[in-house]
Amino acid sequence: MRNVLKMEFSALAENEAFARAAAAAFVMPFDPTVEELTEIKTAVSEAVSNCVIHGYGVLCGEGNFAGNEVPTIVMECALEKGNRLTIKIEDKGVGIDDIDQAMEPLFTTGDDEERSGMGFTVMQSFMDRLKVRSVKGEGTTVIMTKYLDVPDGI
Amino acid sequence: MEVVFEVKQDVLIAHIKGELDHHNAAPIRNGIDRSMKVFQCRDLILDLEGVEFMDSSGIGIALGRYKKLSKSGGRICISGCSAYIEKLLDMAGVFSIIPKEVDVQSALCLLIGEEQLYMEV
Repeated sequence: MRNVLKMEFSALAENEAFARAAAAAFVMPFDPTVEELTEIKTAVSEAVSNCVIHGYGVLCGEGNFAGNEVPTIVMECALEKGNRLTIKIEDKGVGIDDIDQAMEPLFTTGDDEERSGMGFTVMQSFMDRLKVRSVKGEGTTVIMTKYLDVPDGI
Repeated sequence: MEVVFEVKQDVLIAHIKGELDHHNAAPIRNGIDRSMKVFQCRDLILDLEGVEFMDSSGIGIALGRYKKLSKSGGRICISGCSAYIEKLLDMAGVFSIIPKEVDVQSALCLLIGEEQLYMEV
């Protein structure tokens, strides 16, 4: 059985907290450990912040969108085979120039704004697998997989 | 999210409470920088004991304050890290340049010196 959550929300910084809370709430019935929950929330927070800051930020000036048309981020969470959690976070923003470079620890494009350059590193460390697909001018998709530690016999 | 400030001699103690993410980073950063100026503090303690959630924005705040203070000759210390926050900060090598202490009192001892601290308080 595949249990799925799909949601679309405005690419605004204030929705970052909502997105990670939603992902955490989705996983709750599977009895995750506190540590797993924290890791999932942090990874989602990094991915969604990336969409807001980098995906759409350059296009519209962070948080200052022309008119009322705020672009959106799509998040899809799925649980399969009892313990495999997949989280896909997608934007239709500017895309990444060089994915390998973007994934290097401490690499950042915005030095003035005190970015840590640790977003992808955090996602990689806290999840079991991370895939990044990006097309210039079309957007970026991040797919993260985590195997939850489900006790035997449940 | 809330930051409570406390001043002990030349040290500003910023007790950060709640969630520290990209959305909250700017007000926290501005609050700290403004308070450093207003209270004319030299050193800074980032007390993370009340932080319920943190992502890499917290790393940015710590490293940013470190850079700023290095220029003005001030020092920075981080206190009250949970195991998870410690893991996150360690990932970026934060503790290779910023010392960490278990609590605010130990951080004050480090920055001011034990004798000084108890003599003047």
